Amino acid sequence: MTKTTVTVGLGSCGIAAGASKTFQKIKDLKETENIDFELRKTSCIGMCYREPLVEIVDETGTYLYGDINEDRAIEVIEKHINQHDPIREYIVYTDLFDAPENYFIESQVKIVLRNCGYIDPESIEEYEARKGYNAIREIGENKISREAVIQTVLDSGIRGRGGGGFPTGMKWKFANANKSPEKYVICNADEGDPGAFMDRSVLEGDPHSVLEGMIIAGYAIEATQGVIYCRAEYPLAITRLNIAIQQAHQKGYLGVNIFGIEGFNFDIYIKEGAGAFVCGEETALIASIEGERGMPRKRPPFPASSGLWKNPTNINNVETFANIPWIMINGAAAYAVYGTEKSKGTKVFALAGKVKNSGLVEVPMGVTINDVIFRLGGGIKQDKKFKAVQLGGPSGGCIPEYLSDTIVDYDSVNATGAIMGSGGMVVMDETTCMVDVAKFFLDFTRKESCGKCTFCRMGTMRMLEILERITNGKGAEDDLSKLEELAYQIKDNSLCGLGQTAPNPVLTTIKYFRDEYEAHIFHKKCPAKVCRPLLTYTVDEEKCTGCMVCLKNCPAKAITGERKKLHYIDQEICTKCGVCFSKCKFESIVLS
Amino acid sequence: MRISRNNKSIDKPSQVEVDLSRIDKLIQKYKGKKGNMIPLLQGAQEIFGFLPRKVFEKISLETGLELSEMYGVATFYAQFRMAPVGRHIIKVCHGTACHVQNAKEISEALEEALKIKDGETTRDRFFTLESVACLGCCSLAPVMMIGGQAYGKLTGNESVKIVKTIRIAESN
Ligand SMILES: Cc1cc2nc3c(=O)[nH]c(=O)nc-3n(C[C@H](O)[C@H](O)[C@H](O)COP(=O)(O)O)c2cc1C
Ligand code: FES
Repeated sequence: MTKTTVTVGLGSCGIAAGASKTFQKIKDLKETENIDFELRKTSCIGMCYREPLVEIVDETGTYLYGDINEDRAIEVIEKHINQHDPIREYIVYTDLFDAPENYFIESQVKIVLRNCGYIDPESIEEYEARKGYNAIREIGENKISREAVIQTVLDSGIRGRGGGGFPTGMKWKFANANKSPEKYVICNADEGDPGAFMDRSVLEGDPHSVLEGMIIAGYAIEATQGVIYCRAEYPLAITRLNIAIQQAHQKGYLGVNIFGIEGFNFDIYIKEGAGAFVCGEETALIASIEGERGMPRKRPPFPASSGLWKNPTNINNVETFANIPWIMINGAAAYAVYGTEKSKGTKVFALAGKVKNSGLVEVPMGVTINDVIFRLGGGIKQDKKFKAVQLGGPSGGCIPEYLSDTIVDYDSVNATGAIMGSGGMVVMDETTCMVDVAKFFLDFTRKESCGKCTFCRMGTMRMLEILERITNGKGAEDDLSKLEELAYQIKDNSLCGLGQTAPNPVLTTIKYFRDEYEAHIFHKKCPAKVCRPLLTYTVDEEKCTGCMVCLKNCPAKAITGERKKLHYIDQEICTKCGVCFSKCKFESIVLS
Repeated sequence: MRISRNNKSIDKPSQVEVDLSRIDKLIQKYKGKKGNMIPLLQGAQEIFGFLPRKVFEKISLETGLELSEMYGVATFYAQFRMAPVGRHIIKVCHGTACHVQNAKEISEALEEALKIKDGETTRDRFFTLESVACLGCCSLAPVMMIGGQAYGKLTGNESVKIVKTIRIAESN
């Protein structure tokens, strides 16, 4: 009889939802009542909207329980383990019958996330039990040449997952062609797109797959040192990477003559980022590792010829590396089965925003945005109306609802004016103001611009000023043409990708939501009711109970009225701060 | 132009007393190593919670790093602070997912409850309020993080309650 296992998902998202308490509760129960099962930890399985998650595998099958707080944990252990009576109502996925999230699990193709949510990320043995380190071991045992490794990566068609989409095999080929006694492999784990968390989940859930990918790259280009540049906002990822590196050392997977390959000496260390979005750009990232301000440098020379400490360097994204061992084991052809003509394989998306099932999904390239948002994502929260989806973060754009049958691959997404980016998908509904979203991103890029190029530094500031004017109800007739003119100037005259793409959120929202801009500029109205200065606050006569809460809290003293009598807001005095709206318990303040 | 999200004005020479010997080991470890500036500053901040003027001066004197370059680096990266912070740093996320799900309400509620503005520290040095761009828990938006612990699916009232609970728990 197989032993029953109980596994708790302890990724950052799970912990934030209370999974540590759930784990502790189950542990206490197991110990105090001496119940016989194996208690395991794993990381994020992607179903963040159902955290905390507890999986039970017994001789009858697999059961995944969702939303398991401490109380429910007691219930589940009592009923399922002690009485062998699974609680159907809490089960979100199982291989035995139809459960609410079966589709979510079964319709994904997990290559990058093959181990996330299945293994204990702090155990190298569990990684190895799922073919971990087999790829590099086979390379060593079968004496596969560097060129053959690079050819496999080329044949798979994989393109860089950090946003640019440059063919990974080509990059390796260039780096391999440049000879030098010192060469570097860098893993870009800076994940700067605010609203994306794919890389974090991979690092937390399966750190060894990234290490193995880096080791293979190190072999392929004859590198001596690997560096993981990880953002400091991801403490758990850093902890688990450190554990993984230490374990790899103990097993001799890092160090000298590794995997029996004579002369292959390779080690990896972690460099913590210090908080600057632009450091995700490869040349800025290199400057940052060198201890300087993270300012991009001119390319060429590309890192492949002159990178870290002026040595040939290959930089790839976390997700790119995590794909590599799978490709090596299963072959290039198996990978290229998935995807479209020019975008092969799968892509992990971080679904967030106004979508019901927010979490991580991995789908083959070529599925439609609709599929991701409505089939996997379960549609829009509170069944509101879907308006747009933001792809590519500050460098990307908003794709409107009527283009939601666009397929996700590099070229189709680019055609809309957005970019594929690293995989953040923030869903927006009718209550999101697109002008406000554009302003949000521009405020971000303006703050994050390193200041080197005038157009990026000053241009984004000027654009932001115009957007602020518009959202404050002071927009002028020619503001849209000014925005567009500035946008093209910035795109043309900036050195790095940050400036070259910073105007994209504005350009795509003007392209697809021009009417919303015009409502702000000409009618001084915000259709989504977000831009406060454009709203009027009035009291609903039916609902107001005369409780005086709004009156007492109004900083401008614009509200008059007596206890138990209808209140009144003086529009002349009202500063539209919104305090009354958030304080009223009876929803009697109306926005229009 | 790297507009910093936190206060970057350096303290006046006599303002802050620090025990400089606490960074001796750190300096020993990194002295003469290439690319040592950021680790040195990160290490010093780890020790003091922020970067006092005297620390810059000492590091510069003992390692030969230029003061101007160190100041350049310290003001460039959001991580470095030049002013003392509270015992707890409240990081309110203003990433995309949190922004479209009303992160503003969280910041406003906390500003009102703690009577400080974004980037400031309460007078009792208990809390520092900061806004950050994405904590990587976007599926739980809006999110804030206090001392490595993330709190998700917040409302203004809930965030205030959490902060109050921390204060009560620690003042007993
Ligand atoms: C402003 C800017 C920010 C970037 N941020 C990231 C990032 O956070 N993570 C990442 O992997 N790549 C980022 N990139 C892309 C990198 O420059 C680089 O193309 C990538 O790391 C290469 O890896 P890949 O070929 O595997 O995609 C950024 C680029 C720019 C211009
Ligand atoms: S946007 Fe707030 S955690 Fe990502």
